[in-house]
Amino acid sequence: MSMVEHLHRAGTSPETLADPMRPRRYRIAHTRQDTRDTFTLELEPTEGPPLAYRPGQFTMLDAFGVGEVPISISGDPARGGPLEQTIRDVGVVTHALITAPVGTLLGVRGPFGTSWDVSLGAGGDVVFIAGGIGFPPLRPALLELISERDRYGRVVLLYGVRTPEDIIFGDELRSWAHDHGIVVGVTVDNGQHAWRGKVGLVTQLIPRAGFDPRNTTAFVCGPEVMMRFSAAALADRGVRPSRIRMSMERNMKCGVGLCGHCQLRELFVCVDGPVLTYDRLAPLLSSREL
Amino acid sequence: MDAEMRVLDLLGLQGLIDTLRARGYAVVGPTVRDGAIVHAPIATIDDLPRGWGDDQDAAHYRLRRRADDALFGFAAGAQSPKPVLFPAEELIWRGRRTGEEFTVNEDGAERAGDEGPYALLGVRSCDLHALAIHDVVLLGRDHVDVRYAARRAGAFVVAVTCTAPGGTCFCASMGTGPRPDAGYDLALTELLDDGPHRFLVEVGTPRGEEVLAEVPTTSAPAHDVRAADDAVAWSVAHMGRTLDTDGIKEVLYANAESPRWDDVASLCLACTNCTLVCPTCFCTSVEDVADLTGDVAERRRVWDSCFSEDFSYIHGGAIRPEIRSRYRQWITHKLASWQDQFGMSGCVGCGRCITWCPAAIDITAEAAALRWTPQPAAGRS
Repeated sequence: MSMVEHLHRAGTSPETLADPMRPRRYRIAHTRQDTRDTFTLELEPTEGPPLAYRPGQFTMLDAFGVGEVPISISGDPARGGPLEQTIRDVGVVTHALITAPVGTLLGVRGPFGTSWDVSLGAGGDVVFIAGGIGFPPLRPALLELISERDRYGRVVLLYGVRTPEDIIFGDELRSWAHDHGIVVGVTVDNGQHAWRGKVGLVTQLIPRAGFDPRNTTAFVCGPEVMMRFSAAALADRGVRPSRIRMSMERNMKCGVGLCGHCQLRELFVCVDGPVLTYDRLAPLLSSREL
Repeated sequence: MDAEMRVLDLLGLQGLIDTLRARGYAVVGPTVRDGAIVHAPIATIDDLPRGWGDDQDAAHYRLRRRADDALFGFAAGAQSPKPVLFPAEELIWRGRRTGEEFTVNEDGAERAGDEGPYALLGVRSCDLHALAIHDVVLLGRDHVDVRYAARRAGAFVVAVTCTAPGGTCFCASMGTGPRPDAGYDLALTELLDDGPHRFLVEVGTPRGEEVLAEVPTTSAPAHDVRAADDAVAWSVAHMGRTLDTDGIKEVLYANAESPRWDDVASLCLACTNCTLVCPTCFCTSVEDVADLTGDVAERRRVWDSCFSEDFSYIHGGAIRPEIRSRYRQWITHKLASWQDQFGMSGCVGCGRCITWCPAAIDITAEAAALRWTPQPAAGRS
């Protein structure tokens, strides 16, 4: 196909092409501190409608003059309110984002990537497995499920964090358990004095979670090693790999498949993912440093 | 396009350059600089590398004087036209901050076409195929590189049959040359024999035909058409290297854990030369540059390389800290995963990665070695 044909297929000419690298401006309406190093920003667009997104998608968030990073959306997709993005303070850009005063304008590009498609789990049991900062990207999927709770069977949320102080959305966990019949299991790597819950790996919660593996859809988000072991444990119990959905993390500079940084062999994680199924990922995760 | 072939002499070639310039094209073509063939603005045929040839081998590039006055008597130059349409560095946007506000007050996309339109003179078939690959990668998907689109849209291409393949060339293996087969406005084949110095011209587009009509040409006699065919046949027979592409994707995928990667890594300097000279490598990074106050900032798109450790960095460390895994990423992408991503190979056989590798690592040799290396059992230990 010629270049001109490509442009025609895109239904446009070079002059009218939308630039995916140009940000929209959003204003920080509120910054909430969730834990000692994790913050949730609420962002309002300065012009145009609120961002329409699907659970599991991410944006490229830009602190002016500092840089841009991919951040998952953690809000409720059904509620048209501000765009919620939960950020852990780990680098220069994330630090600039969480310390920016309310009222500051940020650049937002997106939403990008694939979604959890939580409704694929309707009619059966659902298992969410979250590790650390991998919980916020799952929250929109949980909220979507809760909005139609009766379409799902047993719903389990297994959540592993470093310490009890690192638990995000703790109040919500309790209300989801009480009000919506979600089985919540939390485990920590390090439990000090007051912690009376479980200590250990999140995978250790899987055997007693009580779901029917043959009719279960799983949604997994966290550090790659945790996702790999979780997916393997789920598959071992009989959950079909095509129904284990994981959100991958890779370096991303563009979010639209052009910069090449996020490649995982043939996948561009930013556009083919971040949510991918375990049957597709398993062969790629079996080689180190792929 | 089915048009009658024409013949152009040296004055005619100058006429072609003049016509393109008169039509507003910035003509860019090969010239000699710093001991290499590079791309530069071309005003007259004297700017072209008349009488220059080259010797190329792994980690070796030397210009040499030819016995004739060939204008295109060399193999792939140090760079393809990639930097013309896809510069190593360019502005995405520039903005200003005032208090909590910021505005984007300059968009690089609005200026991207300003230097052109370009007329690329002397594009080899390998690089022509690379251009077609970039069209798919940068324009043929959901999201488009608008700056590339702006430069590419108006570009006029004068291709040239490669009649002097180098020691590192293998376009014949990749099915990408040496004769331009598509994607050009005009294609020349240089004829050097007892007759006058001349070029057989093939027309690829109506635009090419229009331009050629303004240039003095003569109808091509049958023996010139045959002479061009002979030059192509000679060229095919003189490729310095070959690469067996049969089942190459499966070979690379099956060799993810090959011990061969350690052998390559012991040589590879991760200098990124191969990705810089590759006409199809498209990976880029984004850099933010602010002034001292932080109130004026610009975002730039710069070439990047999968050979740098930072390339795969996420919080906690690089995905590919080892050079072995970076080389594996590069060659696997080029020859295998590119096929899954874009339905074509990412290698056009130009040989530049071999020539310009200071450690003489050879993609054709590595592909062959992987084909014949026993495969260890897959899986993590």
